[in-house]
Amino acid sequence: MKADIKTREYKTVKEVAGPLMVVEGVDGVAFGEVVKIRTGTGEERTGQVLESREGLSIVQVFEGTAGIDTKNTSVRFIGDTMKLAVSKDMVGRFFDGLGRPIDEGPEIISETRLDINGASINPTARAFPNEFIQTGISTIDGMNTLVRGQKLPIFSGAGMTHNELAAQIARQAKVLSSTEPFSVVFAAMGITSEEANFFMRDFERTGAMEQIVAFINLADDPAIERIITPRMALTTAEFLAFECDMHVLVILTDMTNYCEALREIAAAREEVPGRRGYPGYMYTDLAMSYERAGRIRGRKGSITQVPILSMPDDDITHPIPDLTGYITEGQFVLARDLHRRGIYPPVDVLPSLSRLMNQGIGAERTREDHSGVSDQCYAAYAEGRDVRNLVAVVGEEALTERDRKFLQFADAFEKEFVIQDRDENRSIQDTLDLGWKLLEILDEGDLKRIDEEHIKKYHPKYRKSA
Amino acid sequence: MPEYKDGSIKSIAGPLVIAKELEGCEMYEVVRVGDEGLMGETIRLDGDEAYIQVYEDTSGLQPGEKVVRTGEPLSVELGPGIIKNFYDGIQRPLLQIQEKAGDFITRGINVPGLDPEAKWEFTPTVEKGVEVMGGDILGTVPESKVITHKIMVPPGVSGKVTDIKQGSFTVNDTIAVLEKDGKEIPVIMKQKWPVRNDRPNQKKTDPNVPLLTGQRIYDTFFPIAKGGTAAIPGGFGTGKTVSQHQVARWADAQVVVYVGCGERGNEMTEVLDTFPEIDDPKTGFKLMERSTLIANTSNMPVAAREASIYTGVTIAEYYRDMGYDVAIMADSTSRWAEALREISGRLEEMPGEEGYPAYLATRLASFYERAGRVQTMGTEERYGSVSIIGAVSPPGGDLSEPVSQNTLRVVSSFWALDSTLADRRHFPAINWLRSYSLYLDFTKSWYDENATAEFRKLRNQAMVILQEESELAEIVQLIGPDALPERERLTLEVARMVREDFLQQHAFHKTDTFCPLEKQFQMLKTVMDFNQLAEEALNRGVGIEAISKLAIRDEISRMKYIDNTTFTDEHKALVGRMQEQFTSLGESA
Repeated sequence: MKADIKTREYKTVKEVAGPLMVVEGVDGVAFGEVVKIRTGTGEERTGQVLESREGLSIVQVFEGTAGIDTKNTSVRFIGDTMKLAVSKDMVGRFFDGLGRPIDEGPEIISETRLDINGASINPTARAFPNEFIQTGISTIDGMNTLVRGQKLPIFSGAGMTHNELAAQIARQAKVLSSTEPFSVVFAAMGITSEEANFFMRDFERTGAMEQIVAFINLADDPAIERIITPRMALTTAEFLAFECDMHVLVILTDMTNYCEALREIAAAREEVPGRRGYPGYMYTDLAMSYERAGRIRGRKGSITQVPILSMPDDDITHPIPDLTGYITEGQFVLARDLHRRGIYPPVDVLPSLSRLMNQGIGAERTREDHSGVSDQCYAAYAEGRDVRNLVAVVGEEALTERDRKFLQFADAFEKEFVIQDRDENRSIQDTLDLGWKLLEILDEGDLKRIDEEHIKKYHPKYRKSA
Repeated sequence: MPEYKDGSIKSIAGPLVIAKELEGCEMYEVVRVGDEGLMGETIRLDGDEAYIQVYEDTSGLQPGEKVVRTGEPLSVELGPGIIKNFYDGIQRPLLQIQEKAGDFITRGINVPGLDPEAKWEFTPTVEKGVEVMGGDILGTVPESKVITHKIMVPPGVSGKVTDIKQGSFTVNDTIAVLEKDGKEIPVIMKQKWPVRNDRPNQKKTDPNVPLLTGQRIYDTFFPIAKGGTAAIPGGFGTGKTVSQHQVARWADAQVVVYVGCGERGNEMTEVLDTFPEIDDPKTGFKLMERSTLIANTSNMPVAAREASIYTGVTIAEYYRDMGYDVAIMADSTSRWAEALREISGRLEEMPGEEGYPAYLATRLASFYERAGRVQTMGTEERYGSVSIIGAVSPPGGDLSEPVSQNTLRVVSSFWALDSTLADRRHFPAINWLRSYSLYLDFTKSWYDENATAEFRKLRNQAMVILQEESELAEIVQLIGPDALPERERLTLEVARMVREDFLQQHAFHKTDTFCPLEKQFQMLKTVMDFNQLAEEALNRGVGIEAISKLAIRDEISRMKYIDNTTFTDEHKALVGRMQEQFTSLGESA
């Protein structure tokens, strides 16, 4: 941004449509510039330039356009793009969706003001994430391991226990080799105050409050503000991670509301829609947020992201989960049928995935048999579920001995491995041993995915005799 | 260089800038936008107004800032220094960007694709007085431990060599002088080539040599030829990227160009980290010694993503012209198509299907058409190839969407990833019933000569068994497996062996990650021999239960993990034991 841009004020609002406002007769307005709006009644609002032409600007208004008129409203261009003042003092504080304090505390005053859009990390500067994070949840640690610097969303649906799961991850996540806790940056977009209170209570109960920076845009807050909320959160996270050497866990909830806001603006601008009315650039837009996870060579901190999104109608092919899944490094999928059967956490391991798992596990990080046990449990559970479907048709009597064992495995897997208490923190050793205990149900010859060496070493049969 | 009159910015919306008073500007010309000189490309003209897609972030730009023409189309620099390099979508070396700008990519950074300072050892291979034409090799440069870079006369240039040098030069130094019609033409090691134009060749030849990948599902079942095209479509989590990495690592191409187009940053870092570490089974050096990487991650500017696959394929064609077999991986072409859609939307063009521009099909076809095995330009008869392997990321894994459908129309190998297989951890999750390869016929004689004629026969038999399995599966769903006749239960058993013991391949296992063709043949033969022996046993009256309980089943399933060097011997012993066990079955019956 050039220094010679002065603050300019206009009263030339020509048109207001949805969240957008067209201002005429302007000069030298930069693309992306921040706009301060004063309505006829003296109310202050914030906006940003979406399109800049000679003598005309299109501005999106974050707090909504109600009350803006074409006569008395004055518009001030502040000569700068959207920036956030960041400091270490933000930890333990609460902000609204635009980064203004909403607790009793003072304004954040800092020399460091960062562009909220950030810049992309040069791929050559990234350090590949490979440090195992133990969350104490078997379906995650054992089957879909999370590593530091990863972005791994929770795909959920309305009414399921994603908030509980996210809170449990935030509470229990730790890296085995270090004692430092995670700082949590929490961004709420359009969630209900009930949900927000749940998180706050949980953080308070567990004493995590001092480690948290929260940006909160509730369901009744302006929708367009949500466009900015994750950017504020991630800018703070980048500062804490890469300038203050902290390990930051970012929880973004609910990305579906963010995408709805994106669609609203696209519709107001009369853009050519992509799938289901979402803008064609939604992939790029989401990537701009999700890609802000990672580690950088030579810097101590890291950003791990766990975005939460509720799949409309539990449909994983809906554009929001679909595009997210293409950007993030895997996903935890919560399943309604598990949830209905009272299983917590209702993580369906079959469609769930952690792409960085292979780098985070193994002899030096977790245990040498981890990959084999996990693969074997997957395969056996998948086969067991197939058998379950078969039983529905032919009845259990028609099953072979082998099929019956797989069926038994699938049942036991759900009842013992998946299910756990909301405060139960299983170590990775416990998780893997539990896996072995279940694998004992199967014939040893069916354990094809595990190295023979590891079978001899860890299979309960050999352990007992040893 | 001719002087051009500067224009100025009229409007800015995202990556699209409209400039006015930009007289004489051409389509696809590179322009410098704004006071920072951001790089952009003209994509539409209207009078003296030019619509420009800008390759860098545009926030902060203002109407009125200047726009400068360069008079050149978007081009890459070709010459020694490409191998072992990491580039962004418009061929800026990422390491140099990092040196200049730090860990985050800021804008307005200008770095040439080839280091102008680096010196290369040039050894001439022609003498003075020789007549040369475009494509002829003037000399060689050892570019890496593996790749000998051949310095060629640029396309369209010809003449008599009047001077040729030997020694250490930069890419901009004159290494030879040609004379044509009394005019002197200096030749340097660097060539510039516009990315959107194909490099010329004499003719395309039939793709009849397979590109071996060491992956059983491709080499045995659905081969791709050198100079061929393949598409890997699959929803997220089905293993597109791992499949691409595996082909990049193990394919027997001499040069690998890997384009990460709109994909994850951490994934590119993995490529950047591992390629320099992986041993190349063919050369004994590291894989990076014959690779170049182009990384334009999803959060890097969208217009540069659109350019990245052209940058990649132009580099591939350049090495092809030297006579190399080049493989280019594009991961993912869907992100490229989305970039196209985004720009098209900003231009307010009439959209086609799902908002993609109507010219999507033409663009995709002309990209894949740049693959091929060709006789290169030049006097000497020389062949090289570019094989393109493109990943497609269909929304929701639904292949009826435009990018998948238009890709299928132009590629000859189709490797369909399947999320049900991935959910079961059957990797590579390539569905054997939906995939196909049109190179089976082209490459048949190669397999017959270089492997054995039996190979293709076994492959077809195995396919028949898999096909039968899928038909039987429906019946099993209804009546349960026990109700089937013994022979059909054997088919199910053998189909499972083909799937689990042959098709499943463990990309992260130290041995199984690469399977030589000979081993593939032996493994398949063993499974099919098992089938044969089992059938004979059934005829003798042995029950299927007894056959499936044979100890050899277990050994066969672990066959893939036998070390490649000792495989022949161990395998021979295994076959012996298999025959013994079947014989003993006969006795007991």
